[in-house]
Amino acid sequence: MAEKKIRVLVGKPGLDGHDRGAKVIARALRDAGMEVIYTGLRQTPEMIAEATLQEDVDAVGLSILSGAHLTLVPRIIELIRANGQDDVRIFVGGIIPDEDVPKLRELGVDGIYGPGSPTHAIIDDIRKLVNQADQ
Amino acid sequence: MPDAVLQGERLAISRLLTEVENDTPAGQAALNQLFVHTGKAHLVGITGAPGTGKSSLVNQIALHYRKAEPPLKVAIVAVDPSSPFTGGAVLGDRVRMRELSGDSGVFIRSMATRGSLGGLAVATAGMAQVLDAAGFDVILIETVGAGQSEVEIVKLAHTVLVVDVPGLGDDVQAIKAGILEIADILVLNKADRPGVEAAERALLGMLKLGHPTKHLVQHHGKLEEVLAPADTAADDWLIPIRRTVATDSSGLPELLEMLGKHKAHLQQSGDWQRRERSRLHTQLQGLVQHTLMSQWRNQISDEEYSQALDKLVARELSPRQALQALLG
Repeated sequence: MAEKKIRVLVGKPGLDGHDRGAKVIARALRDAGMEVIYTGLRQTPEMIAEATLQEDVDAVGLSILSGAHLTLVPRIIELIRANGQDDVRIFVGGIIPDEDVPKLRELGVDGIYGPGSPTHAIIDDIRKLVNQADQ
Repeated sequence: MPDAVLQGERLAISRLLTEVENDTPAGQAALNQLFVHTGKAHLVGITGAPGTGKSSLVNQIALHYRKAEPPLKVAIVAVDPSSPFTGGAVLGDRVRMRELSGDSGVFIRSMATRGSLGGLAVATAGMAQVLDAAGFDVILIETVGAGQSEVEIVKLAHTVLVVDVPGLGDDVQAIKAGILEIADILVLNKADRPGVEAAERALLGMLKLGHPTKHLVQHHGKLEEVLAPADTAADDWLIPIRRTVATDSSGLPELLEMLGKHKAHLQQSGDWQRRERSRLHTQLQGLVQHTLMSQWRNQISDEEYSQALDKLVARELSPRQALQALLG
């Protein structure tokens, strides 16, 4: 039996056109031995949920710099859960004001990472949470 | 799980693809049940060097199949390389396929090679079988960006498109063995770029060498077919060249027409069955090798194996003598 690989979708929902952070994360996860599906810029919540379904990923990382996280994130989570993917872990990176962090947590976001977050912390969190979901 | 896959339930398809990719017992059992429902889909391989526009072309081919009358259901398996050092991968083919989102007649799955070298992954064939059983009419299989010898796709697909672009090489590149040889249809993408005439001439020259009795010629700016003498087999497939610009879809209707013609040709000439047979032969052989290898490896201890290897390193045994020592 082949080794179980962690598959992560890295998506950029919304309209901001700056995907350097998303690419840095994609590269870091790759170097940690994960398979990263990169969807590109300006994805709608529907597009991200559809890709999450087709790719059967373990985790979804969303990069949002536009301030629209409280609109986009709940919609994406709702669509993913509606597809029957209850165990997919959700991570959000980008510019998230401190006061929004508890709100996102409440929505079911597993990890929130602002500028300067060390990539190894993100990698460790994904490994830990995905392995929990598998058990 | 197999029943839900046969009914085309997307979550079930997606989860089974993961099981098959990881070669789990559940995945193997499901493939056993589904196998009788496979063999209907047209498997089309798309290969070519990195940056020739394979993903954009796959996107356009799928869009055009969806616009056909009646629309065909299209699955896409896009393969990208795994890192040889970490085993990780960035799978980015979906970036070029955003126009296909929201269409329930399309299913896109990305996969990493996980150490395979021929341009596909070990599990690609099994994943194509799942999608075939799930009722997709066409399965587009995009290989990794291929060099000259990533030619595994020819053992999997019914029809192979090799994508070339202007400016990649001269007519000596075109007569080398390898990737150009496996084409059923040659696609000259980015045909709005300079050098397209020279690139097409080089490819045409190669085709003429391959079919000395029967070929296409450029005549007053029009491609014309020079008929073969009566003694050549009538069922020879004449490899066509199609110019495309995948970013604005020009040349796509003509390419789709050619895909249809090739499928009809395969069915009329009996090549469909021959390719099917050789594909299953390859798969069976791979399974036998893999299984015998692991059975044998389970029979001997790591110690026995490393002793033989030590003797080999010390030049006490030759590789063949070591083999005899191990196989007893």
